[in-house]
Amino acid sequence: MANETKKPALYLAEYGTPNAIARAAMRVRDAGYQKWDCHTPYAMHGMDEAMGLKPTRIGYISFIFGMIGLATAVFMMNYTNAFSFNLLNIGAGYPLVVGGKPPGAFPSMVPIIFELGILLCGLSTFFGLLAIIKLPRHNHPIFESERFEAASDDRFFISIEVGDQKFNLDGTKALLEATDPISLELIEEEVR
Amino acid sequence: MSYDAPIKELGETSLLPEGTTRNDVTETIAGVTENPAPRGWWFLFLLSVSVLGVMGAALAYLFIQGIGVWGNNAPVYWAWDITNFVWWIGIGHAGTLISAILFLFRQKWRTSINRFAEAMTVFAVLCAGLFPAIHTGRPWFDYYLFPIPNQMDMWPNFKSPLMWDVFAVSTYLTISVIFWYVGLIPDLATLRDRSKNLTRKRVYGFFALGWRGAHRHWQHYERAYLIFAGISTPLVLSVHSVVSFDFATSIVPGWHTTIFPPYFVAGAVFSGFALVMTLMLICRSIFKLHNIVTIKHLDLMNKFMLGVSLLVGYAYAMEFFIAWYSANPYEQWVFFHNRLGWGQLDSKGNLGPLWWAYYAMVFCNVIVPQIFWFKRARTSVPIMLIASILINIGMWFERFVIIVTSTYRDFLPSSWGMFHPTLIDILTYLGTFGLFFTLFLLFVRWLPMIAIAEVKGNLPGAHPDLHALQAHDEEPDAAAAPVPAE
Repeated sequence: MANETKKPALYLAEYGTPNAIARAAMRVRDAGYQKWDCHTPYAMHGMDEAMGLKPTRIGYISFIFGMIGLATAVFMMNYTNAFSFNLLNIGAGYPLVVGGKPPGAFPSMVPIIFELGILLCGLSTFFGLLAIIKLPRHNHPIFESERFEAASDDRFFISIEVGDQKFNLDGTKALLEATDPISLELIEEEVR
Repeated sequence: MSYDAPIKELGETSLLPEGTTRNDVTETIAGVTENPAPRGWWFLFLLSVSVLGVMGAALAYLFIQGIGVWGNNAPVYWAWDITNFVWWIGIGHAGTLISAILFLFRQKWRTSINRFAEAMTVFAVLCAGLFPAIHTGRPWFDYYLFPIPNQMDMWPNFKSPLMWDVFAVSTYLTISVIFWYVGLIPDLATLRDRSKNLTRKRVYGFFALGWRGAHRHWQHYERAYLIFAGISTPLVLSVHSVVSFDFATSIVPGWHTTIFPPYFVAGAVFSGFALVMTLMLICRSIFKLHNIVTIKHLDLMNKFMLGVSLLVGYAYAMEFFIAWYSANPYEQWVFFHNRLGWGQLDSKGNLGPLWWAYYAMVFCNVIVPQIFWFKRARTSVPIMLIASILINIGMWFERFVIIVTSTYRDFLPSSWGMFHPTLIDILTYLGTFGLFFTLFLLFVRWLPMIAIAEVKGNLPGAHPDLHALQAHDEEPDAAAAPVPAE
């Protein structure tokens, strides 16, 4: 069903140099916008400050899950090799004495405790990253722009979304035009 | 910007040729996946797939007949299978070292080789993981290695270093794949945006996860990348330490050594760097990447290899010193008779028959790399190619020496034996090269083999100078004046 109705989704301004986009970003930041973003082909340092972003908290996720990994390993090895009780009917452990070491010998557990901690830390960092940045998302209206293809090559873009409280078609356009963009376009998305 | 500032910029100049633009970087690297494959690629690919077929045949024969088709027998129960395992996993370690440890040390030159080395890690660990899996003889029971609740209430023995290996290697493979993939996401988006046909756009687009280079994403992404580097660094050290525990926790003379963990890690990094060098030189010439991987990069890698070769040489010397100093006759026997070939003759009038393996190892690993003291050698492609191949051969011999010469003549002369590899041993080992190179060639053909986004971030003027901009904006007529140039 081809429904031709479209509504504005975001303004997209294009810049050619890191300094140009940083300068523009500071203007947009100072104008008080919230739902906007800079699109760069590589991680540009200094943009956190230029955009006024808070520090990322992804490290907390990694840390918490890393600790869970350590605890899981301690539990797993003690359950299976040091004690003998049947939890949730998964089968009882069996206290093993190998090489004269007592069943709960801690030093022999260290490598696996470490590895499981790292494993959970790494997996949670990956999935936590995807959750925080809300990817995968393949259908963003920004991809309607042909010029935006250069965002992964050598150009820099600022997008300001319609959903922003301060957004209005004329005022936002004037703000972006004042930053000397190479191009400025209004991206529309289809209404279903 | 303390985060951005390197501890020391190498040479304080750009590593890439003057005037390289962001677009040049994209064109050069993405172009490899877009242009038709060079003839050299097809030649190598067909060769690799054929060798992979050999591996399939050797494994099929192994599974049907059992591990009796290998040369392992009393007293050498561990032979080529574990040698190959340790060798391959060591190869992988250089990838993590380059991507993680050099990242933490802010060595920016790594950006031209890290993707490549990470891919090598993933494929080398796959080859390595194959050997423990098949050496059980009944690989369909390999799931016993994991603590899966079962009807027999039977659990793994977690005191065994072989179990530590299972967890270390599987964690290493998982984390390496994730690290590699996270690095690939922005570059896959570049390939997606350049795609001319729909299939490419869809496939690359699918794996790029809809990446749109948003700085609100980069911010978390960079921190996640730092965390991956932070956890991979101890991980890579732990993996080869755990591999060395397979030997060090036993009481076999020649294995029961406390120097093993650092010694193994240094050897692993050494062999891995050498393989990165070999492969990089080949790819650089086939795909014409001379502007991205410059002689400066190769020079730095050679210096690194020289340093690690000294570490490895130190470990060899220290093993001998401890063997002598311990005054343990069995330990001394292994080192002086089995390895150096000194001492009394055996019943057939021979010296320790595997002495040549030790000399091959010392020659390749300690003597050959000394040529890198000379700048002319460090910057000569043929010399570094030959040296890197010799180092890999030497590192294979190192594992062979440790494993076989420690066990073939140990405590009791009546139990002495000899190890001879069989044809299936040789074909299995060669076959893993087929697996490795098939995957590797597919990688260089279809994925960006150099981290496009990271290389761009290292070009001069890639990052804005906020202080200059702010000072500029505070001038009264700032709005009218032009923005400062890059």
